[in-house]
Amino acid sequence: MTWIWSNLDLIWDRTLDHVVLSVPPIILSFLLAVPLGWLAYRFRVGRGIILSGVGLLYAVPSLPLFIVLPFIVGTTVRSPLNLIIALTLYGVALMVRVVADGLASVDRNVRQSAMAVGFSEWTQFWRVEFPLAGPVLLAGLRVVAVSTVSLATVGAVIGAQSLGSLFTDGFQRGIQAEIIAGIIATVVLALALDGALVLLGRLLMPWTRSAPSAARAPMRSDKEAVA
Amino acid sequence: MNFFADAVAWLFDPTNYVGSNAIGIRVLEHLGFTLLTLVFASVIAIPLGFFIGHTGRGRGLAVGTAGAFRSIPTLGLLTLVALSVGIGLTAPYAALTVLAIPPILAGAYTGFEAIDRATIDAARAVGMSEGQIVRKVELPLSLPLLMGGLRSATLQIVATATLAAYVADIGLGRFLFTGLKNLDYAQMLGGSILVILLALLLEGIFTVLQKLVVPRGVAAGRPTDIWAGFTKLAR
Repeated sequence: MTWIWSNLDLIWDRTLDHVVLSVPPIILSFLLAVPLGWLAYRFRVGRGIILSGVGLLYAVPSLPLFIVLPFIVGTTVRSPLNLIIALTLYGVALMVRVVADGLASVDRNVRQSAMAVGFSEWTQFWRVEFPLAGPVLLAGLRVVAVSTVSLATVGAVIGAQSLGSLFTDGFQRGIQAEIIAGIIATVVLALALDGALVLLGRLLMPWTRSAPSAARAPMRSDKEAVA
Repeated sequence: MNFFADAVAWLFDPTNYVGSNAIGIRVLEHLGFTLLTLVFASVIAIPLGFFIGHTGRGRGLAVGTAGAFRSIPTLGLLTLVALSVGIGLTAPYAALTVLAIPPILAGAYTGFEAIDRATIDAARAVGMSEGQIVRKVELPLSLPLLMGGLRSATLQIVATATLAAYVADIGLGRFLFTGLKNLDYAQMLGGSILVILLALLLEGIFTVLQKLVVPRGVAAGRPTDIWAGFTKLAR
């Protein structure tokens, strides 16, 4: 454990590297997934193509993607940009499906009421469907955040510095404490980002605070509608 | 595009198909390793998942553990175990089994939970014993979601098995690491393409299997994939 105390600077530096690698993909994947998810939700043809596309993308293992991607987009294997693009792709693959499901979970009656009072499709999306799908989107984004932080460590084996470098370095030099420190720091960073997202959700969606079951309500009424 | 041509040339070079590092052998190693790990993890996770799904006991614990596991970096676990037990196959098998358990467990118990309570009540009302309910009602109805769990676990293992080559002499990952070390672009790209093809092939097989295990007579519209289960849990 003495290793950890004498190398706190190193752990902190790698944590910052890790934040630089993992935060942009989380934000980017959300921004890209919303329009794609909307297309998948709105158009039947789009749904099949987009959802099977992201399904296949998600099936591609990370290390091979990190290696193949630079030859397609023209970055170098070690560049942080390469990792950011790859992690964004995984985030999009996870998030598109969540956006499509979240939008579909909005109560049909609510949607029809919005239409009846004269909302355009654009207004209806931003003022009714998007906010009501919010809790589902947040849940999806939390999964994206945690898995992005975890996946980013893989970049260390191709030489991109992150908390994963503590694993490769610790393994090569036989320092167990370094690997343990890396695991703990990764989990703590993941939990911190997760917590930040939960807080952001409470700020942006104050209505979910008073009624914790609000997110589940549309599903229940769907069931009732079927019954 | 030149690099990709080199990679394809590497893939079809007959000299890469002989010896202990032959492409064919590495593919079989990768596949064998994946399937064996899947079996290890299933033996533990499936009975446990059925128990949780049938009784509803231990559900909170399972959800919590699965969430915690998602945040544990695979590379960290792999190197940590490898450092403790030494270089060899034990570390990859142990680490990957641990990683494959949560998705299979989730598939097993969400499969049971997704069943309409009325169906189970009806089975009980016609006089089925608990054992019969599990075997004849819950098990067949839960298979599509269980298959979804096995599918995510398999993808996870195939991907991490590539990383396992970092700590052991196994699988297609060897080509990636050798290529990276010697800046042999043909080899690292060729190896990567093989892993990606293998993963997509397994994904395709599971997609078909998942459709095949839906019992006849089950109405359309049931959630047949694991993500539906996940988003429901997250909510």
